Amino acid sequence: MAMASLDLMARPERMRGGLRPALIALLMLASILSVTTGAAGVSLAHVTADWITGKEIGLRERVVLFDIRLPRLAMAVMVGAALAVAGAVMQGLFRNPLADPGIVGVGAGAGLGAVASIVLGGMLPGALAATLGPHLVPVAAFLGAWAATLLLYRVASRAGRTSVATLLLAGIAMAAMAGALTGVLTYLADDQQLRDLTFWGMGSLAGASWSKLAVATGLIVPALILAPQLARGLNALALGEAAAAHMGTDVERLKRHCVLAVAALAGASVALAGGIGFVGIVVPHLLRLIAGPDHRRLLVDSALLGAALLVLADLIARLIVSPAEMPIGIVTAILGAPVFLWILLQRRSFGSL
Amino acid sequence: MLRISDLHLSLGRTKLLHGLDLDAHPGEITAILGPNGSGKSTLLRACAGELPYTGSIRLQGHEIAQTAPWRLAALRGVLEQSPSVAFPFTLRELVQLGLHAGIEAEQDEIVIAALAEVGLAGMADRPIHALSGGQQARAHLARVRAQIWRAQSHSGPRWLLLDEPMASLDIGHQMALVAILRRFAAEGGGVVTVMHDLNLSAQIADRMVLMAKGKVVASGPPRAVMRDEILSAVYGCPLRVGVSPATLPWLVPAFV
Ligand SMILES: Nc1ncnc2c1ncn2[C@@H]1O[C@H](COP(=O)(O)OP(=O)(O)OP(=O)(O)O)[C@@H](O)[C@H]1O
Ligand SMILES: [Mg+2]
Repeated sequence: MAMASLDLMARPERMRGGLRPALIALLMLASILSVTTGAAGVSLAHVTADWITGKEIGLRERVVLFDIRLPRLAMAVMVGAALAVAGAVMQGLFRNPLADPGIVGVGAGAGLGAVASIVLGGMLPGALAATLGPHLVPVAAFLGAWAATLLLYRVASRAGRTSVATLLLAGIAMAAMAGALTGVLTYLADDQQLRDLTFWGMGSLAGASWSKLAVATGLIVPALILAPQLARGLNALALGEAAAAHMGTDVERLKRHCVLAVAALAGASVALAGGIGFVGIVVPHLLRLIAGPDHRRLLVDSALLGAALLVLADLIARLIVSPAEMPIGIVTAILGAPVFLWILLQRRSFGSL
Repeated sequence: MLRISDLHLSLGRTKLLHGLDLDAHPGEITAILGPNGSGKSTLLRACAGELPYTGSIRLQGHEIAQTAPWRLAALRGVLEQSPSVAFPFTLRELVQLGLHAGIEAEQDEIVIAALAEVGLAGMADRPIHALSGGQQARAHLARVRAQIWRAQSHSGPRWLLLDEPMASLDIGHQMALVAILRRFAAEGGGVVTVMHDLNLSAQIADRMVLMAKGKVVASGPPRAVMRDEILSAVYGCPLRVGVSPATLPWLVPAFV
């Protein structure tokens, strides 16, 4: 060990040790900030003081805290964690730090589903429209994401083997196709629909509710819990499919599970919150820089950092044009795009790294 | 043992191996030689379970094509001709990859011992991309050794399948690797290694297998394979075999 510490090129162990607690602290801090800040002028301090002194909490305060801010916080946590973990899994599967869930058609499919439901929703039979009500768009987005992913997976698989390269290329073709269909629908849309679909595309956590959350939780939470099980396989896959198999990984099963996990995580988040970019690329990359690429750490840390960053991004989105709010996708893009560029430039200077 | 019989292999429409028979025994070093493109790597990858084939490849009685990856992983380690790593793992993390899920308890010891065996213990926390080519090759060797640390398991001998493990090593580290392979074989394990250096393999191999155009053209102890007429025909240039100081066959380039 003494010898190892003399190695100047070594990745310092202490940075990794402190990372997990720091991420947890960051998430907690961001959450407290998020719950105590908002346009309604209700502060947690007041409510807590009232609660401690035994005074009745006002109805308004209760509604703002428990029906607006808390579900919104829960949604930001869930969506942020899901997007970041989905990104990390994709990058592991494609052995490329720039891959994101969009590659397996999740974004394109969800977009098509959402836009179709916004534009064509009025044509649904009355009974179905009534049952789905406000959930029509998220449900359609989710179905679109899954349909695209499953179709893509079928296209890329032959005789039980899935070609990751075909997945990538077919994904590009599929995104173009979905984009064209979305364009046709956009062309057909009226002014109100245009507004709705444009804002959907920019992503938002507004309108979070416990009932919406409950549905998505059923997908995101199990997928988040199961994702770390992929870590060993993804580590092995970094050496290529052949070497991973040599070391005992069932590579085809691993690929299947990765695509399923990504479809569940990214599909549910895009359905809940619309188009939110860059979280899936930036979060895992930052963590790899700090603590290295071991997926046994990376997948859990990504969930924590993704959640914290999306809570903060949502806070910025709510504050920057208060009392209105900016679509959160714009905030993540403004913050994420420069980081993404920086990653690209850095990769260039490191050659193949 | 490793028993290959009537092995045919094609990729797409190209036939790469044409009816190959070969036995390799535990406790021995088997060297596979032959010109570029003769099918050495293809043969090794087939033995590793990577390529579909017809005919039979049995390792310790298991038909490779019908054996699950995790079972094979406990039986043999494979060093590819040019391994690559997509993310900058540290050597410690890289070598851990090779470890089987079952032996967690002594994991750290094996990782360090495997790195020490190839002279890289002092670099355990360095990212693999910050190593020289030969050092990277040794790190991958350590990973394969960690996967197959003991030469024998309760169910019998274990195997190392290596594709040109010496290719980027200096002479000192080549000798160190020879020592590792000899010890592994002496402890009852099997070693099958692709090589290009005829002289080195004649000194260290118990058995040489000479391939050309997807077939085995000669195999046996070095004396049986290291013959002027065989080598000259296979490599397409005049080659003459003399005797090394250790009284083993020794190649003398014909232009001397
Ligand atoms: N994926 C492939 N598809 C078709 N042919 C291939 C493929 N890979 C290799 N080959 C061909 O198979 C033959 C054997 O290749 P192989 O890699 O086994 O050679 P080798 O003996 O290991 O050579 P070297 O000494 O250069 O490593 C070569 O003629 C090569 O061109
Ligand atoms: Mg080869």
